[in-house]
Formats: sequence, C-alpha cells, structure tokens
Amino acid sequence: MTTRYVAAIDQGTSSTRCIIYDRGGVMVSMAQRKHTQYFPEPGWVEHDALEIWKLVQRLIPEALRVGGIDPQQLVGLGITNQRETTVIWDRTTGIPLHRAIVWQDTRTTEMVEGLRAQGVASDAEHRTGAPLSNYFSAPRLRWLLDAHPGARTAAAEGTILFGTMDSWLVWNLTGGVDGGLHVTDPTNASRTMLMNIATAQWDPELLEVFDIPAAMLPEIRPSLSRVGVTVTPVAGIPISAVIGDQQAALVGQTALRAGESKYTLGTGGFLLFNTGTTLVRSRHGLITTVAFQMDGQPIRYALEGSNPTAGALVEWIRQNLGIIGTPAEIETLASTVDDNGGCYIVPAFSGLHAPHWVSASRGLIVGLTSYVTRGHLARAALETNAFAARSMVAALNDDLAAAGVAMSLTELVVDGGMTANNTLMQTIADICDVTVTRPQMSEAVALGAAYAAGLSVGLWTDEQQLRRNWHTAAVWNPDIDPADRRRRVANWSMAVDLATQWNPA
Amino acid sequence: MRVSSDFHVKCARQRTGGPAFDIVERGRRRSRSVRRVPGLIQSVERATAVLHLLATRSDPVGLTDIASALGLAKTTAHGLVRTLVAVGAVEQTADNGGYYLADDPFGARKNRWDLNEIRARAMNWTDALAARTSLATQVSVLQNKQVRIVHDVLAASGVGLPVLRTGQIVPAHATALGRVHLAFDVHLARELVAAGLDPFTHRTITDGAELAHELAEVRDNGWACGCGDLDPDVATIAAPIRDQGGAVMAAVGVSGPIDELCGRAGAPRTSLLNNITGSARAISRAMGHGQLT
Repeated sequence: MTTRYVAAIDQGTSSTRCIIYDRGGVMVSMAQRKHTQYFPEPGWVEHDALEIWKLVQRLIPEALRVGGIDPQQLVGLGITNQRETTVIWDRTTGIPLHRAIVWQDTRTTEMVEGLRAQGVASDAEHRTGAPLSNYFSAPRLRWLLDAHPGARTAAAEGTILFGTMDSWLVWNLTGGVDGGLHVTDPTNASRTMLMNIATAQWDPELLEVFDIPAAMLPEIRPSLSRVGVTVTPVAGIPISAVIGDQQAALVGQTALRAGESKYTLGTGGFLLFNTGTTLVRSRHGLITTVAFQMDGQPIRYALEGSNPTAGALVEWIRQNLGIIGTPAEIETLASTVDDNGGCYIVPAFSGLHAPHWVSASRGLIVGLTSYVTRGHLARAALETNAFAARSMVAALNDDLAAAGVAMSLTELVVDGGMTANNTLMQTIADICDVTVTRPQMSEAVALGAAYAAGLSVGLWTDEQQLRRNWHTAAVWNPDIDPADRRRRVANWSMAVDLATQWNPA
Repeated sequence: MRVSSDFHVKCARQRTGGPAFDIVERGRRRSRSVRRVPGLIQSVERATAVLHLLATRSDPVGLTDIASALGLAKTTAHGLVRTLVAVGAVEQTADNGGYYLADDPFGARKNRWDLNEIRARAMNWTDALAARTSLATQVSVLQNKQVRIVHDVLAASGVGLPVLRTGQIVPAHATALGRVHLAFDVHLARELVAAGLDPFTHRTITDGAELAHELAEVRDNGWACGCGDLDPDVATIAAPIRDQGGAVMAAVGVSGPIDELCGRAGAPRTSLLNNITGSARAISRAMGHGQLT
C-alpha cells in the first residue's frame, strides 16, 4: 500500500511553511520562506498578499520534492494562518487593492476610539466575545474601504472580496479568478469582530457598525471539513481544514477537550484554554474565541490571552538594536548575566493587550542605570514573556472560577519557535510558579493544521490516535525563592502601570 | 643564518596577489632560509614561515626542529611560536613538546555557531527523531576541547540519561556523540590518548590504537555506536552534522537500553541508523550544508 501523508500550509507573520507529516504525526519534509515586512509609518505593518501567494506556489512542490512524495499520496491539506490580518482583492483580476494590513498594525486606533465614544463597545464585546480593539480585522477593513474610493460600492456589488489570509490562500489554491472558493472558518471569522460568537454567523449589526457590505465576506465553513480541491500549484489535493494559527496549535497539542490548554511562543505569545461547548465570558479582557468546529458538530470555544510582542521583541532587538545576530542568540546574551539588573521592558508596540487593553499605550524600558548591560536588556526582554504569561494565567483562572466551571490551568504546555530557548522556559516556570512542559512537537501550529486535515478526511479516525503521538520532550520546574518572585512580579506590575499612563499625544 | 633543512622559504613580491611565501623543496646549502625582501616586515615573514612549516607536517613539531628548519636561533623561534600560540594560530600539545597549526585559527568555521542557534535549527528534526525512535535524543558540539550536550529530547518514556542532558559534558572517547567529534578532530584525539583514556565500564575503549581504529570506522561509516561504554546498560548511536563548507560542526544521536539500540553482536539496528543519519542530513541542510548562499 502506498504511504499516505497529510500536508499543512502555515502562513505565519514572518514566514510561510509547507510541512508534510506521516500517519504517525511525524514531520517528513519542510519547506519555508520568509516574506517582506513593510513598516510604512510608525505602528503600521503590512504584507504583500501576492508575494505570500507566490511563496505558497513554490513551497508546496518544494516540500513534495524534498520528501520524495507524490502529490497523490497527500490525502489532505490543512491551511493555518496568522489571524486578523486583512486583505481585499478584486475577484476579476485576483489583484489585492492594497497591501494586507497585519494584526500588529495600529493605524485604526483613532477609529476604534471614535467608535468607543459612540458607545458601541459593550454591545460589540457581547456579540463578538472580544473587547473593542484595533487588534481585529473589522476596523482595518473599514480603513481599506475608506482609503480606496469606489471600493465600498464595488464590494457591495461583489467584485471586491475581503478575506483573512486563509480566505486569500484558499481562493487562490482553488482557482482564483477561475472559480476560486471564497470561504473561511469560525476560528478566523471570530477574529474579525464581524462574527457573532454565539451563532458563528456574520452579524448584521456589526456589519453596520463598521460599514461593511455583506457581499464581500467569505462563507463560514466548519474548520474541519472538505472545503474543496486544489487547482494550482499542484492540482487535486483535498483542502480538508482551515483554522487560525493559535487554534491550530491547540489541535496540534491534542488539547481537544474542555480543560486542556496550550501556550504558543512565536511572533506573539498566545495562551488558549479549551472550554468545550461552554462559552465563557471574561471579566479580565481575555478573548472568548472559537477553538474549532468539526463538520456537523457544535462550536468548541476557548478563552485566549495574548502578548503580541514575544518573538517580535527579540526580532526588534536583533534588527533595531543590533546586539544579536540571530533570534536564538538572545539566550546566549541573556546567559552572560544572572538577572535583569533592575531593568524591565514593557513591549507594548501595538498597545497593551489582555488584561489591560490600552490601544494607545506604547512600550517602555525602565530601571536603567549605568550598571545595565546588553545582557540585562536581553534578559529583561525574555522575562516579558514570563510576566505576560503570569497575568494571563491569573486572569484565566479567575474567569473560570467566576463562570462556575470546574476547570483551572495548573500547567503550561508550550510550543513554538521560542521554546528552543531553555533560559526563557525556566524563567516562565519560575515566574508563573507552574511546571512548563514542551512536547516533541514545537511546531504545533503546522502539526495542528495537519491533524485537522487528516481527521477531516479519515486518515485518523479518532483523537486517541493523535493523543498517543504526544510525548514530553522537556520539563522545567519552578526553582526560585518565592520572595524573589514576589519582588520581580511587583516591579513588573509597576512598569506596566507606567506604560498604561504613557499615552503620548 | 645557515640552512639546515630541505625546506627553503622563498619569499617573493607577487604582483598577482598570491601568497608572499612559497615553501619549495630545494637543494641544500642555499645562503638563507628566510630571505629578506626590502620593505617587508621581518617578524611577519618569519611567523608566516613557521605556519608554512607546520602546515607541511601532520605531526606536531618540536621547537628545536622549527628553529633548525627555518635556520633561526632557538630563542627567536620560541618567541615566534609563543606569539602564534597566544594569538590562536598555533596550538601546543598537552605535554608542551610540540606545536601544530590551529585547526580553525580565526574561528571561521567551528566558532561561527552560537550554541542556541544550533538548538533552534536542530529542534524540529530532533523532535522528529525522538518521535520516530521513542529514544532520548541529543545534539552535541565540541567546545574548548570538550563534548557538550546543547540540546536533548526526553525519551517517549519520559526519561533520559542524566549525563546526556543539555549542558552536560560527556567523555569524548566513551560515547557515540564524542567519537563522532573525535573522528573529525585528529589533534584532540591524539591529545586525549596521550593524556590517558579513563575507563567507565569494562567496555570503554581505553587503548589508543583501538580508539584510532574505531575513529577510522566512524569516518568510513558516517556514524558511531557505543554499547555500554559509558553506562553498562546504555547504548548510544550518533552521526555528524555538517556546516555549509562540509566541516563537522555538531553531532546528533540517540541513547537508550542496549537491547533497543543494538541487535546481535552489538551491531546497531539498521532502521535506527537510517533514522539517525537521515536526521543528521536534515539538520546539516538546516545549517546550510548543500545550500547555495
């Protein structure tokens, strides 16, 4: 019998990957390429959606070639993607009207504050499960429609389409201008601020608030379903899953049941806790989001906390301070000192996220003395992830208790590129006072898309098969004096307070 | 200065930009072994002559030999080699009896890699290797003449040998990982043999000749296997990771119960070997081996 494989396309913030997995869930081939980051103005972040599509066209054949795999051996393809990133394109030409506006972009801060002043915040939060913020797609889509004269009319007539990156890729993979499918899934749709979290349908009230024509929106299909079949660059591969990257990591960690969770450290740091079919609303600004939807089954929900500047801070240090040559070298630099030397960094590059949500806030570095070296800065940069995780875990457990569900988070199960950083993993265990576990699958995002795609086409018939693939790769236990922890956490809280007050004109 | 060797250092100003020195075999009784060219700095000429001499020898060269080969006073030669050792271009044997050319004097190859960068690039493939074999998996590098574990993945059973965990230093002659490194660092292998090979179990290789033979096998096969040579119940198998230029920069391997790793007569299981050499190949590619810049 021919060996069967499943492929994932992981369209991330800094790069796009095509990874092929065998039936044991083990990676057999990987192709990866970075795309250009555009920073046209302070706080603006853009990607060229056409560049990304061209990369995908190269990556799929490359991954097949490297792995020596025939396209017919691929029984499914899962698409996972950076969420909230917004693109609009002309369905007759396939050309985007503008570069995609990335999830880190803050150009809509004023627009969002204007809407808040109109009093729409609490209704929007109730409908979407998320606080009104510049983090989501809807304000960006409105900005794009405002910026391009005639676009709103064309959108209403159905010639201009909106999509998050999943929609853009599926549309192109399934034929583009020649009958491409215009679809998305509830995990991605839940990040637009246009979907009703309870019904998993586009919400007419929200469309009106953001002045978005319904005709330009993709159809919402279950995350795990046979969406269509590829036409290009390799024809005939069934697209059997579409799922946002953080939700994909939840699946990749086989955190499929209520009470299970994962903390992914990539460009951003994202903690997702599976609440099952229960929709838990946060009192601390965590986001209620869709975890996934299997075809024919009810929506599964998750609570999410995020720190948008995890790997992004390391990358900023590499590019803009130039004190490290590669992101991994931050650990080498941080290891030159024993502590942060009194230095704390609050990396609020796109405002403060959960549980603070101050859109206009910006980052700061405090505690500078002539004693502080680049090593201390590196350590302070890594520590931001531990402090952020600590506040997310606290908010999460409080919300779960308040909701009366008998669940809590007692262990952090991590994945993502930054989990190669042992110093960081130990720091998270120390500051959060919980055990940190990394399974043998640091690339949980791509693996989750592959799992979703494979489950959907019957390569795996039940989740137990996937759970058996889960093995511990490394464990870090808390190992600091509690008084030291209290002192550092208190200092961090003070730094965050300063950042919330830093609201520049 | 008088000539006392077959080697003659010819120094010539070369407009084409080639090396300023040439070592050529010449007849004896030429007037000077290090000939001066006006306008050049003598000490640099002489130091380079020492490097050229060492480059022609596969074994360490003693001070007396260096001095006589180049026709220099012993004190002058000593000053030169002492400086060359201090700047890292030349290394001295452990017993201080001889000098040899530093393998990688300017750190262009071995020292280019940040240890955490190696882990970051290897991790996906060590995860896959650990998942496929259900064995504890390690990546090691040679650092200051010691074999250091820079990354490890626990076995599916959740355990790994304590001495093969990240940050540990393992004896180079008594593990598969160590012997991969030794196989591609002849100077270090010689030094270890000269200093004496400590036994850890009755299977540890303690004989220099046996180690030399084993290292040749490692180079021929492209993998190393150690059966109960560090811990009586544990076997290790490892393969080299190469950088863009093909130099061995790290090693990847697995460790576990002897019965799981080796079949009859202590030979490593073929399926394991394929997985390990396959991982080594994939990690090498991630390091740039076989990739155009």
